[in-house]
Amino acid sequence: MQAADAVATDAAGDGAAVVIEGLDKRFGPMLALHSLSARIHYGRLTGLVGPDGAGKTTLMRILAGLLVPDAGRVTLAGYDVVRDNDAIHVASGYMPQRFGLYEDLSVMENMRLYAQLRGLDAGHSAGLFAELLDFTRLAPFTTRLAGRLSGGMKQKLGLACALMARPRVLLLDEPGVGVDPVSRQDLWRMVQALTDEGMAVVWSTAYLDEAERCQSVLLLNHGQLLFDGPPAELTAQLGERSLRLENAGTRRRGLLSRALDLPCVSDGVIQGEGVRLVLRKGADAGPVRELAAREQLRLERVPARFEDAFIDLLGGGPGGSSALAERLPPVELDSDVAVSCRNLSKRFGDFTATDNVSFEVRRGEIFGLLGPNGAGKSTTFKMLCGLLRPTAGEAQVAGHDLRRASGAAKARLGYMAQKFSLYGLLSVQQNLEFSAGVYGLEGKARRERIAEMIDTFDLGNWLSATPDALPPGHKQRLALACALMHRPPVLFLDEPTSGVDPITRREFWTHINGLARKGVTIMVTTHFMDEAEYCDRVAMLSRARLIALDTPDALKRIAVGAGHADPSMEDAFIHLVESAEREATAA
Amino acid sequence: MSTSHRRQAAPRQEPALRRFDPQRLWALTRKESLQALRDPSTLLIAFVLPVVLLLLFAYAVSLDAKDVRIGVALESPGAAAQELAAAFSGTRFLDAGFAHDRRELAGKLVSGELRGYVVIPQDFEQRLAQRGSEPLVQVVTDGSYPNTANYVENYARGVVQAWRAGLDAAAPPQPVVLEPRYWFNAELQSRRALIPGAIAIVMTIIGTMLTALVVAREWERGTMEAVLSTPASVVEILVGKLLPYFVLGMLSTLGSAALAAFVFDVPLRGSLAALLLLSGVFMVPALGQGLLISSLARNQFLAAQVALFTGFLPAFMLSGFLYEIDAMPAPIRALTWLIPARYFVESLKTVFLAGDIWAVFLPNLLAMAAIGTLFFLLAKRATRKNLE
Repeated sequence: MQAADAVATDAAGDGAAVVIEGLDKRFGPMLALHSLSARIHYGRLTGLVGPDGAGKTTLMRILAGLLVPDAGRVTLAGYDVVRDNDAIHVASGYMPQRFGLYEDLSVMENMRLYAQLRGLDAGHSAGLFAELLDFTRLAPFTTRLAGRLSGGMKQKLGLACALMARPRVLLLDEPGVGVDPVSRQDLWRMVQALTDEGMAVVWSTAYLDEAERCQSVLLLNHGQLLFDGPPAELTAQLGERSLRLENAGTRRRGLLSRALDLPCVSDGVIQGEGVRLVLRKGADAGPVRELAAREQLRLERVPARFEDAFIDLLGGGPGGSSALAERLPPVELDSDVAVSCRNLSKRFGDFTATDNVSFEVRRGEIFGLLGPNGAGKSTTFKMLCGLLRPTAGEAQVAGHDLRRASGAAKARLGYMAQKFSLYGLLSVQQNLEFSAGVYGLEGKARRERIAEMIDTFDLGNWLSATPDALPPGHKQRLALACALMHRPPVLFLDEPTSGVDPITRREFWTHINGLARKGVTIMVTTHFMDEAEYCDRVAMLSRARLIALDTPDALKRIAVGAGHADPSMEDAFIHLVESAEREATAA
Repeated sequence: MSTSHRRQAAPRQEPALRRFDPQRLWALTRKESLQALRDPSTLLIAFVLPVVLLLLFAYAVSLDAKDVRIGVALESPGAAAQELAAAFSGTRFLDAGFAHDRRELAGKLVSGELRGYVVIPQDFEQRLAQRGSEPLVQVVTDGSYPNTANYVENYARGVVQAWRAGLDAAAPPQPVVLEPRYWFNAELQSRRALIPGAIAIVMTIIGTMLTALVVAREWERGTMEAVLSTPASVVEILVGKLLPYFVLGMLSTLGSAALAAFVFDVPLRGSLAALLLLSGVFMVPALGQGLLISSLARNQFLAAQVALFTGFLPAFMLSGFLYEIDAMPAPIRALTWLIPARYFVESLKTVFLAGDIWAVFLPNLLAMAAIGTLFFLLAKRATRKNLE
């Protein structure tokens, strides 16, 4: 693409694509955005970063002219979002957080609709369509219904439609949610090409690795701007407070938990065999050094990451002990193998969703299932927790054969679904009582267990609220409480942290780590590559087949051989998926 | 991408802003039509439901009492009693069965086999001789079917009176003889009155329910947010939604009218043009109501419920389709003036059974258009081009 003259000339104004001055927006009593002032520039990728409920979507909608500010002024490409509302819709391209295209129309029909809505002559846009299809690599799928596209392809189609009339400002609301790393790379490549042309692109995200790749970020929390500038600048603010305890091996979970309870530690995560820690500002590293010495582990100073700085800026992560895990009695299980499957296959008509998958999961292990969209993760997962009947092969959970005794197996497992599956019309208390009832708890045992869950997860103040009114962290706690009500020895988590902000995710993993230490076996699917690091072992699925199964560090080492010096989990993932696809096409 | 398609840039160029753009409207209409055609439930509602409803009203629902099963308890052995009993079996509106004991018939009434019975008592001949000082016969009816009960009672009375009149042939003839004629529906078949009305129900379902659902669906699926972020205006979005359903409604009317005329033998005495004009104007309030509902209820479940209670049920019960408006209590009767289907049902009955009577059509057309305009104004007010 060549330099965009439309954009270049407009920049003669005051150079900013978006000017926000003293913006306030409230919904009822809640202040969603508070005296926000910022500038967004042409030719740059600006990340809008923040935890859930920070006001990212509200700001995006104001920029797109879909919400009206209560106070302050916002201009986009020189037009006031309220006064020149019609012009905003011409000058901006907007991709909402939820897929906003028509699922019952084909790719081409959606594109034609948006071309015409944006005033392009459909008859003369064949060239433009060809370019966009080429750009998004959707050309082979023009007649496919949008609803049948994978998550990544949907986002690319959304992008193509938002780009239709060459907007000067492109607004993308969480385009990376639910998109696997391979498709995410495509999106990055496209956005890069657009900013190179001079377009202003705003990309809102809760993924911090995405934020790190932006040229500039606006960091929001509780509707207020905490930081405005290049991500590297924020990372630099952290200085040399990032440390890593190397080669902690099987002790890493206990170690993380103890380190997080130290007052000088603001944040910590598991990274493969090691534990990554961030010190509080001005705190002395002494207690951490003592801990390392006691455990006879090497403590390394490591370069700070954006995520370290982000969590630190938000006041640090949660503590390390899980009240839940402390109360839980150690899990008794007869066999050492908690979950196993042999030659598991599932076919829907002539489509094979899971093809001959076998693995064993040991008691107390955190076992991750990773794969691109449509790789068969969910299908495999649902067969293992008895929600789907395998076409062939066998699966066992806690010693029960799922084909013969799926009822007995289900009583021994807890399941937390992607969308939390809480009842929106029941209160928190009623949700807890329902899940206790459904798992057959009666009388005193039931009252005690519910009281214990309320106490453990600190839900006491929210008992009469509905789940939707809870802050995201509490909502997740409630979902976990419901899944754990019957103290299952095996816990299934289906994308438990999708769309959940980093701080809530940390709290969640604190609980999960605690449970694993008590011997609960955890099966988890996730899109977050850094979360794969929490797993003892990771099974990677691609095109219904198991392509790799090993510890996170071992998987990363495979990618080292392929040219990455210090590969991240994401690099390893992309490498493995791509080489599996090459093999598949070669065969 | 090349620059070939790019809008010719000028500094601070005013984007091409038009409140109404035929191309955008056409694009939205096309999109909506494609969606409607691909959604089996839409086609089901537009083309299968009318057939089912018309069949139902043609065969299953009948307000006529014909061949009502009654029993005649002939407890008197006399010749006069025999004659009277024979009179009951000679009518074509009652289907009489005979017994010698009323207890036999009472059981059948309870079990629902009979809708009523007539007792010709043992002392029938004596009573007859006393000339009216005591009732001649007893009529027992099933009060859980009030209309039928009424009918059985009246008809039985009529049979007895006719029989007696024949007996008193010597008496002077009645000075005035009433000979009823039923206009417009000479055979008084309820089917003929019901089927035109059923078209109004079908159109209400398509116009109000379907429209309310499809707009709410856009909110629910998040597609509205994306469309609102384009230069398309509210009017274009709404009209683009309505046009396909207008066409669908009209096609459905034509289909129903053809079915009524050729299969169910309902005469179309007025002109097809008048029928289409009336239907077209009725679509205005029907669509307007659907639009208003969907702009207030942004989820499909709620929209369906509201459409059911404010659109379908009033059209069913308060339009004069099933229940005569004149028989309703005054407050309810006043309420019916607000129901657009009321004007349409009256017009439909007229155009089918009487002909093109513009003195009836014109006020009805005006009323439907006025209510429709009101709905549209309210809907336009309630729909803003943002997510507030």
